[in-house]
Amino acid sequence: MKPPCRRWRLAVLCIALSPAAPAQSVDPSHSELVFVTRMMGVPVQGRFTRWDATLQFDPRHAQAGRVALRIDIASASFVASEVSAEARRAVWFDAAQFPQAAFASAAIKPLGGGRFEMSGRLTLKGRERDLVIPVNLAQTGSTGRASGSFTLQRLDFGIGTGEWADASLVEHEVQVRFQIALTGLGAP
Amino acid sequence: MVDEPRAMSEPAAGSAARYTGTAIALHWLLAAAIFANLGLGVYMHELPISPLQLKLFSWHKSAGITILALSALRLLWRLAHAPPPDLPMPAWQRRAAHAVHRALYVLFFAVPLAGWGYSSAAGFPVVLFGVLALPDWVPAGEDLAETFKAWHKALALALGALVLLHIAAALKHQYVDRDGLLHRIWPMRR
Repeated sequence: MKPPCRRWRLAVLCIALSPAAPAQSVDPSHSELVFVTRMMGVPVQGRFTRWDATLQFDPRHAQAGRVALRIDIASASFVASEVSAEARRAVWFDAAQFPQAAFASAAIKPLGGGRFEMSGRLTLKGRERDLVIPVNLAQTGSTGRASGSFTLQRLDFGIGTGEWADASLVEHEVQVRFQIALTGLGAP
Repeated sequence: MVDEPRAMSEPAAGSAARYTGTAIALHWLLAAAIFANLGLGVYMHELPISPLQLKLFSWHKSAGITILALSALRLLWRLAHAPPPDLPMPAWQRRAAHAVHRALYVLFFAVPLAGWGYSSAAGFPVVLFGVLALPDWVPAGEDLAETFKAWHKALALALGALVLLHIAAALKHQYVDRDGLLHRIWPMRR
């Protein structure tokens, strides 16, 4: 049985090391993560249905914020399930070998008016790329919606190689769009 | 008096009883396009996803929409320009011919519309020749896509069957009845 004074010291230590702001939480049911490219001129959209985000973000101290995203690659879904199955193949996402994609923020720069510039590293299909993602945070009270979009070059990550590498078949540029519902935000 | 068999070079009694030049041109242009697109559809529809399959589906859709647009022009022309009077034939054959022609016109529209719906419902908006995006007039959803797919396939098969019947009947008139029927639609005056 621990002496009461040691437990007390442990408690003080815990409080001292905890972040100034509690972690925010993401509501996946009111969030979306989609990507769009063109196949012979036809816009085709897919969405990731399984992902989670952990973040620590205080609108008043944006620079100290941290965002981490983990995406279940096999959850890439298209309207046609045949296309979803195709996307999991080795020539595309290769979900068997690279089941997760991840994003970790390095810096968050406030631009004013609820706009931020979040830079960080994306790991996708085993390759890493640094990104700068513009984010718009619309906040009412402690809930908010972070949204934005950015583009990727799919061949930077070896997605759609070999016979699919031709841009006229599937465009190299892929637009990624996100809307993330947040709770537990501090005052802006 | 026995009617002599008429060669195609002789005009029908009373007038050059042919369809207009525009109607004839549209008939053969669309006959070739529909024949080709039916064949393409039959060949491609069970292919697994591949660059070739993507290209074939893309061309098939653009051809189908082109057929739809030309069929609209053809229908307008037909409504404005009456076809030549029917050749003498038993009443049931005349009624059958009109019924088949009407059914063909319905299918000229129904088949590509079903295909357009299928494509939209499957999450692939139709983009004509890769440049002109057509609106989606149905929501996206896999169940709806399967329904449109089934209709597109059934209607296309019906079109194919009616085309064969149409060709067989025309040949019957021309070579069995020898009534010079093909002269009405033949593109060349011989």
